[in-house]
Amino acid sequence: MSAWKKHQIFEKNSLILIVGIVIMISIGGLVEIVPLYYLKSTIEKTEGMRPYTPLELAGRNIYVREGCYACHSQQIRPMRDELERYGNYSLAAESMYDRPFQWGSKRTGPDLARVGGKYSDEWQRDHLIDPRSVSPTSVMPGYPFLMDAKISPIEIENHLKVNALYGVPYTEEQIKYAKADLMAQAQPDSDAAEGFAERYPDVLIRDFDGNAKEVTEMDALVAYLQMLGTLVDFSLYDEKANLR
Amino acid sequence: MHQGRGYLPPIELRSGSPIWTNLFTLYGANIMGERKVRYLSLEEGGFSLLLLAAAIFCLVIAGKTWDQVLAFHTALIALASLTGIFFIFRRYFDGNNTPAPLEINGKPNYNMGPVKFTTWAAVFWGIAGFLVGVIIASQLAFPALNFDLPWINFGRLRPLHTSAVIFAFGGNVLIASSFYVVQRTCQARLPGTIAPWFVVLGYNLFIVVAGTGYLLGVTQGKEYAEPEWYADWLLTVVWVAYLLTFLGSIWRRKESHIYVANWFYLAFIVTIAVLHLFNNASVPVSIYSSKSYIVWSGVQDAMVQWWYGHNAVGFFLTAGFLAIMYYFIPKRAERPVYSYRLSIVHFWALIFIYIWAGPHHLHYTSLPQWASTLGMTFSIILWMPSWGGMINGLMTLSGAWDKLRTDPVLRMMVVSVAFYGMATFEGPLMSIRAVNGLSHYTDWTIGHVHAGALGWVGYISFGALYCLVPWLYNKKSLYSLRLVNWHFWISTLGIVFYICAMWVSGIMQGLMWRAYDSLGFLEYSFIETVDAMYPFYVMRAFGGLLFLAGAIIMAYNLVMTVRVGEEVESEAAGQPALAPAE
Repeated sequence: MSAWKKHQIFEKNSLILIVGIVIMISIGGLVEIVPLYYLKSTIEKTEGMRPYTPLELAGRNIYVREGCYACHSQQIRPMRDELERYGNYSLAAESMYDRPFQWGSKRTGPDLARVGGKYSDEWQRDHLIDPRSVSPTSVMPGYPFLMDAKISPIEIENHLKVNALYGVPYTEEQIKYAKADLMAQAQPDSDAAEGFAERYPDVLIRDFDGNAKEVTEMDALVAYLQMLGTLVDFSLYDEKANLR
Repeated sequence: MHQGRGYLPPIELRSGSPIWTNLFTLYGANIMGERKVRYLSLEEGGFSLLLLAAAIFCLVIAGKTWDQVLAFHTALIALASLTGIFFIFRRYFDGNNTPAPLEINGKPNYNMGPVKFTTWAAVFWGIAGFLVGVIIASQLAFPALNFDLPWINFGRLRPLHTSAVIFAFGGNVLIASSFYVVQRTCQARLPGTIAPWFVVLGYNLFIVVAGTGYLLGVTQGKEYAEPEWYADWLLTVVWVAYLLTFLGSIWRRKESHIYVANWFYLAFIVTIAVLHLFNNASVPVSIYSSKSYIVWSGVQDAMVQWWYGHNAVGFFLTAGFLAIMYYFIPKRAERPVYSYRLSIVHFWALIFIYIWAGPHHLHYTSLPQWASTLGMTFSIILWMPSWGGMINGLMTLSGAWDKLRTDPVLRMMVVSVAFYGMATFEGPLMSIRAVNGLSHYTDWTIGHVHAGALGWVGYISFGALYCLVPWLYNKKSLYSLRLVNWHFWISTLGIVFYICAMWVSGIMQGLMWRAYDSLGFLEYSFIETVDAMYPFYVMRAFGGLLFLAGAIIMAYNLVMTVRVGEEVESEAAGQPALAPAE
């Protein structure tokens, strides 16, 4: 009986065919995905990594909403030109709190993994409102509407809660004061700013959009951009620590 | 009495009286022999309950949510569900809910209504998707076209384009062709009367919900998996119904063997279900929020995403369309498939190897190198089954090559398989780490994708549509083969413009990024590399415009085929009489 005849069992039984398909497609996925949950290099804890503040998280969600990932990557490869252009190569740990990851697949614009602190808030704001006012041949769309959109505090504590459900280390206090913290980070002179600074030490607290009266989506997005890639101090990072 | 079906309590119907007087005339007792007594079938009752549950769930959300987009979408789904219930009951009270006979005069009584619907949906979504493609291509050349508005900026339109062409156009072609092919090759009618319509209408509702969501800023931010949690749930329900409807036809088959095209359709349906469930595993912020957070994060999310992303290419855009190749090319060429054994090897090798290829999207990233090396290795191995399949498709024409001169539809499908061969050669090449270091993040990837998407998926779909419409409407032939010729040449020119522009701009940009001057400094700032893209972006938009023009010619040709095409007089012409449209 030839092998070709034995194959008839698949050709004559739809359910056996389905079982065969499921087995064949399971192997590759399992081999490639499961180890990523116990290999040291993919779950390393790195000094400096912290969860996003409510305002940064809101900014990140605006980044996702506007589809920035369609043109900007957040992943620096270990190549000479990228290291010189963008900075240290990206670590797995640096996106450990990123849901979803935003590594991107296309650089119509430059990589943003370490854009934090490279430009002033004013530059970021002007650039987002009208990219060609600061970079005449840019092809980026303008986002002036971010200045007019007030940030929505609705359910922000639930945003933190769902992340905490996944093991992101938000404290109960941080979840409880999420609404106040969302506003406080962009209102350095407010009463809530002090409590915010206690709950999130070493975080930028300033009026990111130059409009002190309101906390806008521009505040949130600039707050997010300004912290990108700034958490890990590479003068202290030991890249050999995870070699085995 | 319909024996052997599940029943809910019978409802007596007094003919001639208005619907509302009958609505509440419900008898628990079995009134055997009464002529006017009809039963609500298990299918009708089951779908009514499912739709009712969906409508209530959505109405509660719509009423209580603060999220305007979610309110709009849940209201839309509720409205669609209630309309579905209305039509099920109208059919019932009109008294024409007797199931269609499985056979008429000993010949299978095929259910082609859902096939016709998805065929036209594919034409519509195809043109819509190509149009959005032309718009976003133009936005990259002329950024003023973003108009500083949120709803139509590049970032929101780009997922609209990819979803419209892959899931709306491609998906409807796959559903149309799979429902056609499974009925013809199994000599059996699709099971149920509601189920096939639930699949095709539900799927297109999903498209509308997903697409409008992107414009209104609702997205998961995962490429090719942008729809948010509630749209994902909707698709999951529809997809289960799709699998069962497809399998139901296979279970009714008269031939003991399942035809090879159906293996590929099955692999496509099953694998997409698995990919969809894992890549969209997310928890909504609350039931009243359109926003959700994905279970996976960072590097794990990247791996799951590209496992999904590359297999969306492998199983949605390849396995499904290979099924089309395995049915429509032999049918059109009137030649058997070249090698049955090759198709067996092709099938198992393709599905086993494809699933590994995802991590080649993540070379040089934080993903461990062994994983991307595995992805690269399997991508190169994948070249073999891909070309095995191509050879099987092309060699089916042996003895019928002369038809390429006279039949532009067959030519379109053969060129499609040739593009498949090109794209599946370029893909393994680009998966090699050193090549990928240059090509990744550049337009080369975009060009590669479009060689496959426009050339392979587009052309095999156009070929299938050109075959299907005359078959479905009992026409002798298409309205005009000359117009097919025009479509073929205009869009081929468009593809050549497109992929050449992207090759040049992609490789140029990759080289400019890594160029150093004689003093050892980076030679170009990033914005200089953006500047250099301009002529190629214009050229690409022009290529896309040609491709769109070709599709519009096709739409005209197909409409005219139905309107003025000559009817097939007898069944001797090869196509048995089809059931009237439902």
